[in-house]
Amino acid sequence: MISEKRLQELAVTANGIREDIIDMLLAAKSGHSAGPLGMADVFTALYFAIANISPETRGDANRDRIILSNAHICPVLYATLAHRGYLPREELKTLRKLGTRLQGHSNNHFAPELPIETCGGPLAQGLSQAVGFAIASRANQKMNDADPKAIKHPTWHTWCLTGDGELDEGQCWEAFMLAGKLNLRELTVFVDRNNIQIDGTTEDIMPLEPFADKFRAFNWSVIEVDGHNIRDIIDAADQARATAENPTVIICHTIPGKGVDFMENKYEWHGIPPNADQARIALAELRTIGGQIASEHE
Amino acid sequence: MLNESQHLNPHIFDPNVEQVPTRNGYGTALIELAEKNPEVMVLTGDLADSTRVLGFWKKYPDRFLECGIAEQNMMGVAAGLALAGKIPFVSSYAVFVPGRNWDQLRVSVCYGNANVKVAGAHSGISVGPDGATHQALEDIAITRVLPNLTVIVPCDAEETRKCTHAVAGFVGPCYFRFAREKTPVITTTESPFVIGKINTVIEGSDVTIAACGPLLAEAMNAARDLEQQGISAEVLNCHTIKPFDINAFVASVKKTGCCVTVEEHQITGGLAGVVAETLGRNFPAPMESVGMPDHFGESGEPNELLKKYGMTKEDIIEAAKRSVIRKKK
Repeated sequence: MISEKRLQELAVTANGIREDIIDMLLAAKSGHSAGPLGMADVFTALYFAIANISPETRGDANRDRIILSNAHICPVLYATLAHRGYLPREELKTLRKLGTRLQGHSNNHFAPELPIETCGGPLAQGLSQAVGFAIASRANQKMNDADPKAIKHPTWHTWCLTGDGELDEGQCWEAFMLAGKLNLRELTVFVDRNNIQIDGTTEDIMPLEPFADKFRAFNWSVIEVDGHNIRDIIDAADQARATAENPTVIICHTIPGKGVDFMENKYEWHGIPPNADQARIALAELRTIGGQIASEHE
Repeated sequence: MLNESQHLNPHIFDPNVEQVPTRNGYGTALIELAEKNPEVMVLTGDLADSTRVLGFWKKYPDRFLECGIAEQNMMGVAAGLALAGKIPFVSSYAVFVPGRNWDQLRVSVCYGNANVKVAGAHSGISVGPDGATHQALEDIAITRVLPNLTVIVPCDAEETRKCTHAVAGFVGPCYFRFAREKTPVITTTESPFVIGKINTVIEGSDVTIAACGPLLAEAMNAARDLEQQGISAEVLNCHTIKPFDINAFVASVKKTGCCVTVEEHQITGGLAGVVAETLGRNFPAPMESVGMPDHFGESGEPNELLKKYGMTKEDIIEAAKRSVIRKKK
C-alpha cells in the first residue's frame, strides 16, 4: 500500500513533468499540448510506482515493456524519463531538433539506451507491438516451465498506452481481438479517455460509446479510473497485473490540458504548442498549482 | 551450356523437367529451422495451408500464431515479437502482405529495424484464375524503397528453402516472395546461394538476361534457343533485388554490351527499375524488359496469362534480339 507521503511526492513530480512539457513545447515550437499534460499523472504512476523498470538496471532482459502507441504525446514520456533519471532534464529542450534522441514521435532507433521499445507514430501500431511483446513473454514462460533446470528465458509484463481517438483505427480492434482470443493476461492497456481528437470531440468525430462494453465484448477486463488520481491508477494496475483470466484495459478519464486552465478540455490544443506568452501563463499556473501555493520562481 | 560451378539441375531443358511450387521450399525450411532454433515463430492470417506453414503449426503449435484475417495487426505483432528476441516469419499472400500492411512494415518493422521475415506467397501473374486482385505485381516496387529491408525473389523450391535458412541467419527485416504454381526445379542442394550475390547460370558474350523468380527457367530456355540462332546470351539469377549485386551485374553488361530484364512483376519499379538505375549510374547500355507492362492482370490459366502479357520464352528471345540490335546502332 503506497503511503500518503509518497503519493504527495508523486503529485509534485507530475506537476514538475507538466512544467517541463510546457518548456519543451515552447522550445520546439511545434508538438502536442493537451494529451501530454492530461497523461502526466498516469505516466508518473506507471514509471515511478507500477512498472518493473529502473534507470539503474536499464537493459535488464526481465524489465517490464512499456509501449507508447499514441507516440505524438511523447513530450510526457521524455519529461517522465528525465524525472525518473534516464536522461538529463537539459536534454528535454532538444525535442524535435536535428540530431536529438527525442524525436517528434518516440522510437527505439534513436534512443536505444532509453526504455523506448518500439517505433510509434501512425496510430494503432503500438497496440499490435505490445501484443507481440506479451506473446513473447508467454512463449518464454512456457519454455521455462517445460525445462525448469535450463537457464531462464526472460519474462515481463507489457504495458501499452493509447489514446481514445486512436481507437478509430481498425488495427486497434484487430489487436484487441487477438489479445482477447489468447486471454493475454500478460498485457495491460491504459486508454487516455480525454474525449478529444484533432477535429473535435471523439463523440462528434467518430462515436466510441458504449466504450467499456466494446472491450468486454472483446474478452477484456475493464477498469475505469480518474486519470488524475495516482492512488487509483496504481490500484487499478495492481488489479490488472493480478488478473489471471484475460488482458485488462484501464480506461483513464483525463482532462486534456490538465493543469493549464486555458487549455483544459479544448480540442484546439490537441496538436499545437504554446507561444511565449501562453507558456508564461501556463508555467505560472502550474508552479502555483492554480494559485494555491506561492511559486518559488516568482 | 550450363555454368558448371552452379551445380544446376541437368534436366532443366527437358520438357518434362521436375516441377515443384516455390512455396514448398518455405514450409520445409521452417521445420528445419525450428528444430535448430527455439526462437523461430510463424504467423499467418488464415492462410496456413496455402503458404505451406500447416506442417509447422502441427509440429510446433506453441510457436505458431494464427492471427486471423487481420494483416495490419499481424505485422505489428511480429515487430513486437522480434524486438522481444523472437524470429517471426509472417506468412500470407503478397497482395495482402505487404500490400495491405505496408505502413506497419515501414514503421513497426523497417524503421525500428525489427528482425521480422516477411513471406509473400502467390506473387506474379501466374496466380491465374483468381484474377487481378490476387496477382501481386507491385510488391517488389513497394518493398525495395524501404530502408533496412532486404528483398529476395528465389527462383525455385530449393532456392526458396536455402533463402529461408539464409534470412533466418542474419538480424534484420527481409521480404521474400513465392509463386503459386509448380515451376521447374532449376537448382540443386549443391547450388550456391548467398544473399546479395548474383549467380551466373549460363555464361555468354552478346547479351545479358537478368531474371528473378521462376521465369529464370524461361530465360534459360530462351538462351538455349538464342545460341542456336547465333546469339550468345549470359543468364543471371538476380535473386536478391536489394541489396543488388551491382559489381557482378555491371561486369556482365560490360562484357555483353546490352541486357534484358525478366520478372513476373510490373516493369515499373521491379527488377527492371533496379537494373535501369544501376546501368544509368554505372554503365549506360541498351536495355529491354520482359514483365507486366503497367497493366492489371485478369483471370485465366497461368500459361495463357504469361502469353497474353508477354512473359514467355518467345518474348524474352525477341527482347534479347532488340537489345542486341540497339547495341549495334
